[in-house]
Amino acid sequence: MIRFENVTKVYPRSSRPALSGVNLEVGRGEFVFVVGQSGSGKSTLLRLALREEQATQGSVLVAGHELGRLPHRKVPRLRREIGTVFQDFRLLPNKNVYQNVAFALQVLGRPGHVIRQVVPETLEMVGLGGKEKRLPHELSGGEQQRVAIARAFVNKPAILLADEPTGNLDPVTSLDIVRLLDRINRTGTTIVMATHDHDIVNQLRKRVVELKDGEIIRDENQGVYGASS
Amino acid sequence: MRLQFILSEIGIGLRRNLSMAISVVLVTMVSMYLLGLGLLAQRQADTFKGYWYDRVQVTIFMCTKDSGEPACDKKAVTQEQKESIRVQLEQMKPLVKNVFYESEQQAFDRFQKQFRNSPLAGNVRVGDIPQNFRVQLSDPTKYEVIVSSFEGAPGVGAVQDQKKVLDKFFTGINYITIFSFVLAALMVLCAVLLMATTIRQAAFSRRRETGIMKLVGASNFTIRFPFMMETLLAALLGAGAATALLWATANYGFNRYLNKLILDQAFIGVSDVWAIAPWMAGGVVALAIGTSWVTLWRYLRV
Repeated sequence: MIRFENVTKVYPRSSRPALSGVNLEVGRGEFVFVVGQSGSGKSTLLRLALREEQATQGSVLVAGHELGRLPHRKVPRLRREIGTVFQDFRLLPNKNVYQNVAFALQVLGRPGHVIRQVVPETLEMVGLGGKEKRLPHELSGGEQQRVAIARAFVNKPAILLADEPTGNLDPVTSLDIVRLLDRINRTGTTIVMATHDHDIVNQLRKRVVELKDGEIIRDENQGVYGASS
Repeated sequence: MRLQFILSEIGIGLRRNLSMAISVVLVTMVSMYLLGLGLLAQRQADTFKGYWYDRVQVTIFMCTKDSGEPACDKKAVTQEQKESIRVQLEQMKPLVKNVFYESEQQAFDRFQKQFRNSPLAGNVRVGDIPQNFRVQLSDPTKYEVIVSSFEGAPGVGAVQDQKKVLDKFFTGINYITIFSFVLAALMVLCAVLLMATTIRQAAFSRRRETGIMKLVGASNFTIRFPFMMETLLAALLGAGAATALLWATANYGFNRYLNKLILDQAFIGVSDVWAIAPWMAGGVVALAIGTSWVTLWRYLRV
């Protein structure tokens, strides 16, 4: 589903590579935690997968597309197969919960009757049934993140990338959010989640890929946050 | 569904950016009005000239039986007299480069076209304008040669030198034209810069929405189109307002005033405004689409 082959990324005006010789393969339906300190390259990894940046060397394959060779005009089509969730939620402040989620479908030209069916279903699934008319500032952090997840998932993408989705949340809410992502994973969606939340990683025991200074130093199934003894 | 979404995005965009949109309307209106004035001035010059001005230098009008010219003595020109004038003109080559004969019917038709906006047009009948020879010279400065050769000749009612009559108007018209076009060019530049700034500002204030649209995989078209349409709508409104102003100028300045005041010259009127309006609209459309395309390409990378 996602494959990095010897990928190196050097940002302009930077001497140190953000990623260096990364080899990583994530299969369909997997759930992967990407862990590491700030600056280790977690966000860069996700940005490369989303084609927001391009690799300086090596190749990135996502959902069958070779991103280095993908023409610019085909990037939107790639992004329709990838849902993204961010630390800062990125909701539209003037639209309510329903409208925020529906936006993702309207923008892609989905017909009205489809939107009216799928959006409420998705909101139920993330636990926001009954809160369709609330505006983002009327929701808690956890609820806002659920809206963001609903928006990322409403189009039923094959892959969901989460860049520190629990960074602004308390421990209990964080666990709820990751459990929600786990439920989504069980529907068949591949999930890659960048985080430096120890408890979450340790509790869920999923595959853990650890980055340090742009290199993968650990890749183990049912891993924990720190190196296993 | 997508059309409804895009239309609502355009509406929201215009409302959020209303003051900038209004400035685009106003600046487009002023620039198109000035451009229209320049175009109308040129059309006025063409209308003054009529069909023959650029083609010939001297006109030899034949006598008619109603002609008031003393040389005619109330007698229409005869076929022999016409032939002799024609032969004489032939003999004056190479100074005479070309001779065009215009019948009474042709003269009437051309008069109707040139004086289409004049209250006189309805009063003129075929025969009021005599048949004539229109003479093109190889050396336009030597028109006096023709005038002196034919003035008073049998069958000749009058010999007219076009340039003398109309030249005084053309200096004025040329100044108006240059002035209008220079101002129009400046205003068009203002319009272009204003449109670009408006789009940049709109793109910046809507960066959250466009960011999310990019993220969920909206096409370039869906993201850029509302911006282009907002600019186009504002520009078209401006062009429409300019056309209305030009109509008022033509209607109250010409159709209802000058055309009635000065009867011996042909003036433009409201119909000329309708003739230039599609060109102005086309120019505005090209300007708006071109400017917004380039601005979005630079500042709204997908």
